Amino acid sequence: MTRDHLRILLPIFSLGLLLAGVFYLQPRAMSYFGLNLLFNLAVPVALATIAQMMILMVNDIDLSIGTFVSFCACVTATFVQSDPVVGYAMLLGAIAVYAAMGAIIHARGLPAIVVTLGMSFFWSGMAILILPSPGGSAPAWLHAMMKAKPPFVPVAIIAPVVIGLIMHYFVKRSSLGVLLRGVGGNSQAIDRSGWSVLGLKATAYGIAGLFGVLSGMALVGLTTSADANIALRYTLLSIAGVILGGGEFTGGRVSPIGAVIGAMTLTLAASFLSFLHLSSDWQIGAQGAILILVLAVRLVFTRREALA
Amino acid sequence: MKFKNMLMGVIAGTTILASTHAMADTADKRIAFSNNYAGNSWRQAMLQSWDKVTGEAVKTGVVAAADAFTTSENQATEQAAQIQNMILQGYDAIVIDAASPTAINGAVREACDAGITVVSFDGIVTEPCAWRIAVDFRQMGREQVKYLEKRYPDGGNLLEIRGLAGVFVDDEISAGIHEAAKDSKFKIVGSVHGDWAQDVAQKAVAGILPSLPDITAVVTQGGDGYGAARAFAATDRPMPTIIMGNRQDELKWWSDEHAKNGYETTSLSIAPGVSTLAFWVAQQVLNGKEVAKDLTVPFLRVDQDNLAEMLATTPEGSVANVEYSLEDAQTLIKSTK
Repeated sequence: MTRDHLRILLPIFSLGLLLAGVFYLQPRAMSYFGLNLLFNLAVPVALATIAQMMILMVNDIDLSIGTFVSFCACVTATFVQSDPVVGYAMLLGAIAVYAAMGAIIHARGLPAIVVTLGMSFFWSGMAILILPSPGGSAPAWLHAMMKAKPPFVPVAIIAPVVIGLIMHYFVKRSSLGVLLRGVGGNSQAIDRSGWSVLGLKATAYGIAGLFGVLSGMALVGLTTSADANIALRYTLLSIAGVILGGGEFTGGRVSPIGAVIGAMTLTLAASFLSFLHLSSDWQIGAQGAILILVLAVRLVFTRREALA
Repeated sequence: MKFKNMLMGVIAGTTILASTHAMADTADKRIAFSNNYAGNSWRQAMLQSWDKVTGEAVKTGVVAAADAFTTSENQATEQAAQIQNMILQGYDAIVIDAASPTAINGAVREACDAGITVVSFDGIVTEPCAWRIAVDFRQMGREQVKYLEKRYPDGGNLLEIRGLAGVFVDDEISAGIHEAAKDSKFKIVGSVHGDWAQDVAQKAVAGILPSLPDITAVVTQGGDGYGAARAFAATDRPMPTIIMGNRQDELKWWSDEHAKNGYETTSLSIAPGVSTLAFWVAQQVLNGKEVAKDLTVPFLRVDQDNLAEMLATTPEGSVANVEYSLEDAQTLIKSTK
C-alpha cells in the first residue's frame, strides 16, 4: 500500500459514502436516469478541475478558470454555433492566450495568483461583450452528445471515467507528464537537465486552457445555452476538487483520477444536502464541513504514514 | 331496497365529488419551489409570502406539499443541479425563479420530459415547455421616464442606476429607460451599476457625481434609490427626483422628505408576492386547466396618494408587498386567453 494508493482510496471512499447516503435518502436516484441527473453537471466541473490540476501541478494556481469557462461557454453558444470557423478559431486563440499566460508568468517571475486574478476580469469582460444578455444555443452535435443515452451506463458516468483514465496515463505514464510534474516539484532540477521550463509551463497552461474550453463546451451541451456568469463557481469548485481528490498545493503532487472523483464528490455533496432538506442558509457551511472532514481524515492517514 | 341504497350511495358520492372537485384534483400533488437567491429584502419577502400562502394551501388540502429550496449560491449551474434533484424527488410541479433565463434550460427540459409542470416567474426561463409569469421589465423602464416627463415637461439630465451587469433584468429595464428617454427631452448623462443594493449604489453614485452636470432625476431599478439619495445628500447638490423601487427604506426616506419639504416622486416594482401567483398558476395547470404559456405580472406602484398606507404595511427592511389568491390567478389566466 503506497502513498499513491492511499491518496486515491480516500476520495473513492468518500464518494462511495455520499452515494450510499443519497441512495438511502432517495432510492429513485439508483437508476440509469437518476445517476445521469445526479452526475451530468459534474462533467463540466470535472473538466474544469482537470484544468485547475494542470496549473496546480506546475506549482501555480488559477483563479480565472471560472470566468474562462463562462467565456468558452459564451463562444460555444454563439460563434461555434453560427460561424464554426470563427468560433473554433476563437477557442484556439483562447488556448493560445492561456499558454502565453503560462510563459509570461514564468519568464517574468510573476505570481500566478495575481496574473490569473487579473485575467479573470478580462475573461469576464469578454464573455459579457460576446453575450451581453443570456442566450445563444448549443451546436446540435454537442447537445446530442451530452444528452446521448448509451445502453447500460449513462454519459454522466462514462465521461468522467474516460477523462480520468486519459489524464492518468498522460500525467503518470507519459514522459511529458513526468516532466510537467517535475516542473512543479523541482523546476531547477528540470532546468539543469536541459529542459525548457518556459516551454513546459506554457504547455501545462495550454493543456489547462484546452480543458477549460472542453468544460465550457460540455456545459453548453447540457444547458443548451449560455450566460456570461454561468460558471463563476467553477474557480473554487475546481480548486476544492483537486485538493479533495488527493492533490496538494505544493506542485507535482496531483492525481487526475482523484481530481475527477473530487469534482463528482463536490457535486454529489450539494445534492445530498438538498435531499436532506437542509435549509439553504446552512448548505454552504455544510458543504465546507464535508470538505474539511475529508481533508482531516486524509491528514490523519498521511501523518500516520509519515510516522511509520 | 338494496338497489335503491346503492343508487343513493352513488348519488351521494357524485355530489361529494362534484362539490370538492376544484380542490381534490391537486390534493395529492407536490409542488417544489426552486429559488436562486435569498440575499435581499425583495427575495426575503418573496419567500415569506410563499411560506404564508402555500402553508395555508397545504393545511386546507389544496396540495400535498409546497417545499421551497434556495440554492446556496446564486449560480445557474447550481440551480440546474437543484432542479434535477427535484425531478428525482418526484415533485409534480416545479416553480422557478431562475438565475438565468437560458442556462438552466437543459434541466427544465429534463423536468418537462419527466412529465413535471414547470412554472417560472420573475427570473423566467426561455425553454418553451415551461410556463412564464414574466415581468415586463422594459415597460418598467419606460414608465419611469413617462412619469418624469409629466413632472418635467422641459426635460433635463438623468442619472441611470443599473443593476448587476450581465443579468437580463438589468438589460431589459435599462433598454426600456433608454428607449423612452430617446423620444423625450431627457438626456442620460451618466450610468453606474448599483447591483440593486443601497450600499453599492451609494458608493457608485458618489463616485460618478463629481464628473456630472446638474441632475434633474435619477432613474433606478429598485433597491438603489435610498443609496442614491444618501450619495446626493452628502454633496451640496439639490436633491433630484429619484424613482424608488418600493423598498421600505426608500419609502421611509421619501415620506420623511415629503414631510420636510414636500418632496415627490413615484415608486414601482414587482410585489414579491408574485411567487404566490406562480404557485396558484402551477396548481391550476396541475388541475388540468388550460393556461397560456406566457402571462404578465402587474406592477405594484406606490404614488404620493397611497404612500402612507403602503409604508404602514411594509415591515422594516422589507419591500411593499401584496399576496395573490387563487381568484387573482384565475383572473390573470382568463384575461390572457
